[in-house]
Amino acid sequence: MSPVDAMVDARSAYVHIPFCSSICPYCDFAVVAGADDMIDRYAAAVVSEIGMAPEWGPLDSVYFGGGTPSHVPPSILGRILSTIENRHGLHSGVEISLEANPEDFTEERAFELRRLGFNRVSFGAQSFDGAVLEALGRRHGPGQIMSSVAAARGAGMPSVSVDLIFGTPLETDQSWDRTLQHTIEANPDHISCYALTVEPGTPLNRAVIGGAEAPDPDVQADRYERAEARLGGAGYDRYEVSNWCRPDHECRYNLTVWAQGQYEAYGNGAHRFRDGMRSRNVRRLDAYLSEIESGRRPIAGAEPVSGWETEIDRLFVGLRRSEGVSDGPGVQSLIGSVEGRLLEEAGVIEMSGGRLVVRRPLLTDEVHRAVLGLAAPIGWVEPSTADNV
Amino acid sequence: MTTQARIRNFSIIAHIDHGKSTLADRLLERTGAVSEREMREQVLDTMDLERERGITIKAQTVRLGHVGEDGEEYVLNLIDTPGHVDFSYEVSRSLAACEGALLLIDAAQGVQAQTLANAYLAIDAGLEVIPAINKIDLVAADPERVAGEIVNILGGSADDIVRISAKTGAGVEELLQRLVEQVPPPAGDPNASLRALVFDSYYDAYRGVVCYIRVVDGRLGSGQKIRLMASGETHDANEIGVLTPSAKPVTNLGTGEVGYLITGVKEIDRIKVGDTLTDAIRPATEPLPGYSEPKPMVFSGMFPTDGDDFERLREALEKLRLNDASLVYEPESSRALGFGFRCGFLGLLHMEIVRERLEREYDLDLVATAPSVAYRVTLPNGSVKEIKSPQDLPDSGGLAGVAEPYVKIMILSPTEFVGPIMELVTNHRGEIGNMSYLGPERVELDCEIPLAEIVFGFFDQLKSRTRGYASLDYEPAGYREADLVKVDILLNGQPVDAFSAIVHKDKAQEYGKSMTTRLRSLIPRQLFDVPIQAAIGGRMISRETVKAKRKDVIAKCYGGDVTRKKKLLQKQKEGKKRMKMVGSVEVPQEAFVAALRVDDDE
Repeated sequence: MSPVDAMVDARSAYVHIPFCSSICPYCDFAVVAGADDMIDRYAAAVVSEIGMAPEWGPLDSVYFGGGTPSHVPPSILGRILSTIENRHGLHSGVEISLEANPEDFTEERAFELRRLGFNRVSFGAQSFDGAVLEALGRRHGPGQIMSSVAAARGAGMPSVSVDLIFGTPLETDQSWDRTLQHTIEANPDHISCYALTVEPGTPLNRAVIGGAEAPDPDVQADRYERAEARLGGAGYDRYEVSNWCRPDHECRYNLTVWAQGQYEAYGNGAHRFRDGMRSRNVRRLDAYLSEIESGRRPIAGAEPVSGWETEIDRLFVGLRRSEGVSDGPGVQSLIGSVEGRLLEEAGVIEMSGGRLVVRRPLLTDEVHRAVLGLAAPIGWVEPSTADNV
Repeated sequence: MTTQARIRNFSIIAHIDHGKSTLADRLLERTGAVSEREMREQVLDTMDLERERGITIKAQTVRLGHVGEDGEEYVLNLIDTPGHVDFSYEVSRSLAACEGALLLIDAAQGVQAQTLANAYLAIDAGLEVIPAINKIDLVAADPERVAGEIVNILGGSADDIVRISAKTGAGVEELLQRLVEQVPPPAGDPNASLRALVFDSYYDAYRGVVCYIRVVDGRLGSGQKIRLMASGETHDANEIGVLTPSAKPVTNLGTGEVGYLITGVKEIDRIKVGDTLTDAIRPATEPLPGYSEPKPMVFSGMFPTDGDDFERLREALEKLRLNDASLVYEPESSRALGFGFRCGFLGLLHMEIVRERLEREYDLDLVATAPSVAYRVTLPNGSVKEIKSPQDLPDSGGLAGVAEPYVKIMILSPTEFVGPIMELVTNHRGEIGNMSYLGPERVELDCEIPLAEIVFGFFDQLKSRTRGYASLDYEPAGYREADLVKVDILLNGQPVDAFSAIVHKDKAQEYGKSMTTRLRSLIPRQLFDVPIQAAIGGRMISRETVKAKRKDVIAKCYGGDVTRKKKLLQKQKEGKKRMKMVGSVEVPQEAFVAALRVDDDE
């Protein structure tokens, strides 16, 4: 089994921190701004929720996402982390990540987080173009990205990542090139590049409906190709559609997800995959708090993944990785289908060394839509549920 | 049975939206046929589609009781008629069962082409025509002008025309009195052998075929043995009754009465609308004059998006035909679209309604090809063949001539738009004939034009050039030879038969250009470049390219996104199901029809 596939056996946990100092116009996550007075109450609820989850572990990774985890005091993050450790246990070599905004990340804070056990930080840098940062509603400037990465390094953070957003309408090829150049100069271990996406229900969407310029997919394709070239040249390998890293700096928590490994989740709007079940917590902060405070697990919905669905799901999560997925009945079903053949002819997918890989990552959704409709091959026998857990 | 002298049978003739259904509702209310509590808006439009579009498709009938000013009780049989030009054959059927017609005209819009055409039908059928001006409560109402138009057409005096508001009920009593006084009672012979006209029928899943009939001579009793004079079939009158508007069985229908008949027959084709019913034992010698069956004017291929649905489509068409004898269809196969049916329709609205019913009531996803007309092709050996689909047109070497159907169109419009209308007609290869004035501001234009030129978009263009004021009616006017060619459209190098069209030689270049341009905007980007070409014979006349899609990927897919992204992609996939694979190109269904829509400004 390839190392990325071996992550199917990993167990991880996600903790959602919904608090932000302001909400960015493109964001559609479960977030709140101006609710800092709720932080303590929320932390207590998360601690309770951890106590409600069935015992499990030890964990290979813990990921604090948001929202803005760096917006809350490190001591609070530490309290949640130690609760998880007590409940589930942590493997030696566990990856403990948090998402951070550059403006929150002083050297003092970096040391504190490091001391609490965090060993990976992922910065929401987004761009080195001041105009783009402003359009994206960010509160930091290009200079703060450099100083926050330096602070993380100074505190001995073993793995540092930088997130970028490309294809904002007022970005140019040159400004994107400069952003990539500055990012490489900052010398992180890991870089994520996301095409700006207009999500329904966001202020950005309303602006676009009102006539504001929308991101152009062809321009975004150009920018993506520029990122491929520049980052590849600087020694970063792309290991997923939107993620690049230096050797051994893959995000282990995300590898778990993409390998169909299991992960527990805590906090409002958080999603988990445990024991053949994908389930999610209630999204609204007040509803989450009242569920927990009434002694109930705050589950909003769940879908079992079993039998043939498990195979489809394996391809769905796995094909975004550069290594693709190992051969199996789903892969055979795809390459035997009409859609699969068209994708192969167009050079989008390819069988290579016993694995199915997506060669044109910008068209991954085309592959995914084909995967979602695949029927089980003739002779497929649904495994009994006992085999499946 | 009702005394013959107290029966009044009448239809209402009106343009769409001139208030026919509202008036019918008011009459039902006034005569107590429907209590106000039962009153749904527009009781007579029963089909969902009729309600939604505010039009009447099938004729309906209802019996109303009314006490006249003379204190006598009268039976008024209202036989509703459709208001759209596509269904004018239904109008003539209804009129044949009546002695009178109420001509309802909107006080603001005035006389419209279809109203005029239908009024002429009524006059030709010898009916007493009673004009009424409706919607006098509107701010824009101009009853004096409209009365002048009516007088120009029907003669008489403007002062004699009833002015009503079906909405408020004003004038409706007076109108009822006019009906009683002016519509003659039925003239038939009560002592003669039974003769009754079948003027409509529909299929009921429980009762079988239900016929609407008008007794002309003699009387029809429940249980009577009857014979259909044209088909020769004999049946039992299992149940007869009147519509009040709910079905109410009666033991007898006397001379002049209107009602329904159930024989237990399940196949609608076995009782033809227009046939004459008579007594099986003491038959009449002469049938009533029937009427010719409507001929389909426009043809379109209907193909299931999913080839597996072919049999379901066949069944659905069979069922629809039970209630719509004017729908004709035959199997057709297309290289691009697989197996389907070439269907014939009375007009574009009829086509749209059938398609909508197939999709809605039978849950089918359909691709409909652009409507075309029936051409007459003369082969080199002199024989003549009718072709209903462009793909059947032989190459130019294989034919001696092509003739296309013409129609006579009548356009009514305010005089100020005559110039733009003439230009529109001429652009569509039409010839302007007579022009006559209905009043100082309204003109009637008679033209002859190829049917193919008006089946697509002509009506919309007429409306937009006249700010909605012009109206149009048409009737067949024979065939004429023309210089026609077939334009083929190639997708990715492969000709797509469903996109082929027969067009006039002088317009072929322009047509090819607009088709390729339109298809380029309609066909979504694919995994590869898709060239779109137009060709006559082997000669390319236009080319466009749909550039390959470059980016189609969600930026983020992490633990929290898996379920949501799956749902999103699944939804997109459902959307793609509405595409038809033509070779290796995905073509949206809309492309097959929308590609031919021509904007006025082009």
